[in-house]
Amino acid sequence: MSAPAVFFALLRRDIIVARKELIYFLVRTTMQPILLLVVFGYLLPKMNFVMKGYQTALLPGILAMSLSLSAIQSVALPMVQDFGWTKEIEDRLLAPVSTRLIAAEKIVAGVIQGFISVAVILPIARLLMGPIPALTLSHGGEVLMVVFLGSFAFSALGMWLGTAIAPQQIGLMFSVIIAPMLFFGCAYYPWRSLDVVPAIKYIVLINPMVYVAEGMRGALTPSAPHMPLGMVALALLIIAAIFWTLGMRSFYKRAIG
Amino acid sequence: MSAIETHGLRKVYPAPPSPKRGRRPGPAVAHAQLGAAPGAPLGAVVALEALDLAVHQGEFFGLLGPNGAGKTTTIGILTTRVRPTSGTALVGGASVSTEAVRVRQRIGVVPQRPNPDRSLNAIENLLFHAAYFGIPSAAAIPRAGALLEQLGISDKAYAKVDEMSGGQQQRLMIARALIHEPRVIFLDEPTVGLDPQTRLSLWDILRVLHNEGRTIVMTTHYMDEADKLCDRIAIIDHGRLLELDTPAALKQRAPGGTLVEITLAGDAIRAVEPVRALEGVLRVEANGSILRVYSDRGGRVISPVIQVAEDNGLMVSNISLTEPSLETLFVSRTGRKLD
Repeated sequence: MSAPAVFFALLRRDIIVARKELIYFLVRTTMQPILLLVVFGYLLPKMNFVMKGYQTALLPGILAMSLSLSAIQSVALPMVQDFGWTKEIEDRLLAPVSTRLIAAEKIVAGVIQGFISVAVILPIARLLMGPIPALTLSHGGEVLMVVFLGSFAFSALGMWLGTAIAPQQIGLMFSVIIAPMLFFGCAYYPWRSLDVVPAIKYIVLINPMVYVAEGMRGALTPSAPHMPLGMVALALLIIAAIFWTLGMRSFYKRAIG
Repeated sequence: MSAIETHGLRKVYPAPPSPKRGRRPGPAVAHAQLGAAPGAPLGAVVALEALDLAVHQGEFFGLLGPNGAGKTTTIGILTTRVRPTSGTALVGGASVSTEAVRVRQRIGVVPQRPNPDRSLNAIENLLFHAAYFGIPSAAAIPRAGALLEQLGISDKAYAKVDEMSGGQQQRLMIARALIHEPRVIFLDEPTVGLDPQTRLSLWDILRVLHNEGRTIVMTTHYMDEADKLCDRIAIIDHGRLLELDTPAALKQRAPGGTLVEITLAGDAIRAVEPVRALEGVLRVEANGSILRVYSDRGGRVISPVIQVAEDNGLMVSNISLTEPSLETLFVSRTGRKLD
């Protein structure tokens, strides 16, 4: 029997499980972006606390945030259960395919969930924020590329964190890794506006979310300031390759004693 | 060709990782530490030390040993889930190290603790496991139904796993191990924690599988289980093979006489000489506060032994009697009881 057949069986399993837990998945991945949209995209503009045009910078940032969060969590959290006390993942580890293919499938499942979160948040955002002049959906290819590369990098990061962090400390993942990533991920402001504090401007470049947010700006609101898409793609590819390597290694170590 | 062969199989676990890395050494590891580790890095744990085994096709093979003997590590290596430190292991002629995928294709595994996929219900657990082995659902569905029926859990087919009892989950694990019709089945302490009735029905199932010509490797620390089910038994301790033979041959090798074990309040060595002089005593050993007396007069030596012990100022706190059996052989070979 062929490796692709096993791969799709694994993927089908993850899709069935995700469908059973759809409501949790949606709450987990959309709650935070929706709250931010209500406060920063709806209330603050209505109160005139933010400049006109702020929504243009905010919308791609929120989408970047929600796809990153959803990709990272949809891989990291199941890993904690899969490698938990009884090692539930063993029925998959016994499948007659390479152990790395099993890890790769998890990352692909994470990418799919990244796409779903964008598909869910985009219309909600548009609804809450009203018309955004700079927004265009005419660069579909670029949007897909950024969503794919971003989800891929963050799924691989989720694989690494989910297998390398002790289950008892998975909560720390949110406060120590995800929270700073969200705040310094250029989700709420374009990278170029960090010119005001150059030190921070260059430090945040180690944050993968910066490239997802800037890439979404380049693809969805190309007339607003953003990093060049070529640079975004290159950075995300390098980051994804690093997290992929770390994630695969860490998964393998947990899988085979 | 043997169904399973190992040569010089050795497994050394690295020093237990610090707790923040989140990997816990299993109980086997923690115990095996007692027998650590000349020539291994500091803190490392030798779970297996040069194990040579050969299991015949269609054989029901028992691995018998106390906790920490290396049984689970052996099963882990043979099922490709643990990497051997050195040595070779072949399952159906395929190497567990270099041909893991081929090995996995022909084995079914029943783990020590039921580990079903808790996000799926009972029958989904079987159908997906079949799918991981490339079995189309048209073939898997009737097979899954038949297995659930055979194992007496067909009423739980659509139950969430968490709603099933421990015994039912264990039977689900057996069904899962069989759904892809493997030639070799590994069971790691399959009856631990089962009630006596479930245990007996599991024995029946295993006998059926054996009669179908499958090779079965089972670890256990229940002597009666190994005795009743297995064609041959390997006794291992501290990662070494101590005995390997049929249950009947092993029992013949057991030291003669009834084993009378007496726990004393003090060092039992003081009672060895005077007890040896008693009539009907074949052999006497002391191990800490425990005095082991092999007697050809059954339990009738108990009262003179107690008398002698007390004359030597040693009060008796516990007495047990064991007829010649695998158990007495085991005690004489390992110096400890199984449980």
